[in-house]
Amino acid sequence: MLRKYLDKIKPNFEPGGKLQSFRSVFDGFETFLYTPKSTSASGVHVHDSIDSKRVMIIVVAALIPCLLFGMYNTGYQNFIGSGITDLNFWSIMLYGFLAILPKIIVTYVVGLGIEFVVAQWRGEEIQEGFLVTGILVPLICPVTTPLWMLAVATAFSVIFVKEVFGGTGFNIFNVALVTRAVLFFGYPASMSGDRAFISSEPICGVGGTVTYSDAFTGATPLGQIANGADAATDAAGHILSTWDAFLGLYPGSFGETSTLCVLIGAALLLITGIASWKIMASVFAGGLFMGWIAYTFQSPLYPGSHMLPIDQLVYGGFAFAAVFMATDPVTAARTGLGKYIYGFLVGVVAIIIRVYNNGYPEGAMLAVLLMNALAPLIDYCVVQANISRRMRRLRV
Amino acid sequence: MSKTIKINRGLDLRLKGELPADATASPVKASIVAIYPDDYPGFTPKPAVHEGDKVNCGDVLLFDKLTPGVKLVSPVSGIVKAIVRGERRKIIRVEVEADKDATTLAKNATPKTDATANAIMASGLWCLMRQRPYDIIPSPDVTPVNIFVTGFDSAPLAPSLSSMVKGMDKELEAGAQALAKLTSGKVFVSTRPDSQINVPACAEHVIIEGAHPAGNPGVQAANIQPVNKGETIWTLDIVTMARIGRLVLDGTVDWNTTVALVGSEVKTPRLITTATGACITPIIKGDVDASSHHIRVISGNVLTGENVGADGFLRYPYRQVTVIPEGDDVDEFMGWASMSPSKMSASRSFLSSLLKGKRFAPDARLNGGRRAMIMSEQYDKVMPMDILPEYLIKAILARDIDQMERLGIYEVAPEDFALCEYVDPSKLELQKIVREGLDYLRKELA
Repeated sequence: MLRKYLDKIKPNFEPGGKLQSFRSVFDGFETFLYTPKSTSASGVHVHDSIDSKRVMIIVVAALIPCLLFGMYNTGYQNFIGSGITDLNFWSIMLYGFLAILPKIIVTYVVGLGIEFVVAQWRGEEIQEGFLVTGILVPLICPVTTPLWMLAVATAFSVIFVKEVFGGTGFNIFNVALVTRAVLFFGYPASMSGDRAFISSEPICGVGGTVTYSDAFTGATPLGQIANGADAATDAAGHILSTWDAFLGLYPGSFGETSTLCVLIGAALLLITGIASWKIMASVFAGGLFMGWIAYTFQSPLYPGSHMLPIDQLVYGGFAFAAVFMATDPVTAARTGLGKYIYGFLVGVVAIIIRVYNNGYPEGAMLAVLLMNALAPLIDYCVVQANISRRMRRLRV
Repeated sequence: MSKTIKINRGLDLRLKGELPADATASPVKASIVAIYPDDYPGFTPKPAVHEGDKVNCGDVLLFDKLTPGVKLVSPVSGIVKAIVRGERRKIIRVEVEADKDATTLAKNATPKTDATANAIMASGLWCLMRQRPYDIIPSPDVTPVNIFVTGFDSAPLAPSLSSMVKGMDKELEAGAQALAKLTSGKVFVSTRPDSQINVPACAEHVIIEGAHPAGNPGVQAANIQPVNKGETIWTLDIVTMARIGRLVLDGTVDWNTTVALVGSEVKTPRLITTATGACITPIIKGDVDASSHHIRVISGNVLTGENVGADGFLRYPYRQVTVIPEGDDVDEFMGWASMSPSKMSASRSFLSSLLKGKRFAPDARLNGGRRAMIMSEQYDKVMPMDILPEYLIKAILARDIDQMERLGIYEVAPEDFALCEYVDPSKLELQKIVREGLDYLRKELA
């Protein structure tokens, strides 16, 4: 029936039809609903069932645990901070849901809107890249980020980081991370500090008003450590163990706090083979290595160096960046050997920034962006190695 | 002394409609045959006959304008029915209608020992060989550094080549000796470990293990002795070597060919003997039912074959006809989300990857839209050569000759990229890109 309806309205979108300026949008929806009937015209006669839609959707599915946990965590922090004693699971979830929903809608509307316009303008099919970006952006931003800022930053990065380079597959930097970087450097007051990471107002009658005090600071664990705290605590002042940090019930960007949920997503990405295990493993290896160096040479000047190497991996956005950001195939290194180097350096640089630059308690975002810029150089070296092997053979 | 090479990267597509293990060939008479010059890259055709001419088997139909010694001959005795031309009078094919005898045995003079190359060219067998660089028919002026003869076809549903040269040890021996005279290096003959082929002593025997594209001569060359810039190698299959041997021994060429009729749309997959270039209609008649849905008739395998339609002709290398569903008449709701175990994929994101023994009946759909290269290292998994496929493809697209050379374009042929094209989530036409790149390079460096 749906097929018949689509066939009926299709002529409107063909060139010359009433709605021809929405052709890309229609094509996008049609190919989303029904596998296109185009068959191979040259080369191989059968194609693998996988396509970029499936790739993107699997990444989105891998992000669901983080999204759900983010909802719970957001609600939980608000309830604790506002002194609500009845910690009903569903009301906590409802609060988190209401807090994140507008942000997801805004990023998707702004980002997909730009994609639709550009696709129509170029006369191309709509590409799926933003499906992932649109869910990543709300997950890596503080929950209090104003919607208009989110819209501005998303629009900026989709246009200037992706579309001007030619669209999905051509960008140099990870679009979601640039969105966050734009927010971080453009609106530092709203993006850092102790009060950015907890949603402090009731939403639609759910939740309460958070009152900050010495007992409830709202600071992120990494922020506390950067400010010289001996041990990280959760928002209510309880000292966090490594296991607590692994579970992730503490203030932080919406979806990044729970290493457990990140690892569930990582499992899905690795089982399906969508993300590169080479990158993921080497980011963690690099983080452990640099964390170990920092821990071995502890210095009172750099409070972050007192953290156990394993804690470096479970606090803040490190794990999230390792699993979902560093592995973005477009902006990461593309050669096999290059991936190990790239991943390792992401881990090392993230911890260097975290420990040795007190201004940025979290270094994962900047580390991935920096390595995005260096990935082509790493690949260049790997490709040159292949070339010199061939040249050597020629001389022999 | 044989040496064993294990190919670790590659992929065997498990398609439905495979040949039974004990398949024996039954003859099908060819009433009309056609020769397509496009099947022979590097051959610039000039007709040697007119429509209505009577030809014997082995008579020249087309010769190469640039190297007139290189010829394409009629595989059957009969009358030239048509010289079909396309745009700008480009010769598409020469059709020959078989006469009553439909002889497929060409009688040439037994060649003198010092004129083997000329005899091979005159017999038309020359065009069944390929050279690298460029994947074209060999240039007679260049002596190859090595010759690679593949003794098996690893492509999906391909027939066994060893059964086609059974009992032809003498011919193989003579063929290998003749080839050995044409190269400054060695003649390598590859087989599977369990092959029945008796590899002649004058050739180097290489045993190849591993999945497709292990049977591609280019892959074998890359793992034995890769082609360097400035070098030329020849590649051919063992059936052609046996034919060359027979030509050397008694001057005859048998233009009959054994063809596997396979694929999920074929009722009883089987082997057939018919003339080279024969019309496919009588071959598939009664075995394929196209009444309920669209089908695609491929001359060749599903990776490198040609879509010829039910009334098309056998095309080079005249080895296999595969019939699969076309798929343009299927409505599939949200196919990208499918959890169905009947979706064939090399990706672990599909359930079918868990079913190790299952065979599939894929259709010809692209299963997605064309995209930029998004995923990385997809091609490398099925490219068992020391080549960086992604970077080579990008260099070709950029028409950067220096970079193409540096990344090893002389070592590859389009067929080596067939599996890359199959697994590609971005659905790029890699074989076409490589073919265009090779042609561009040949033109620029000529």
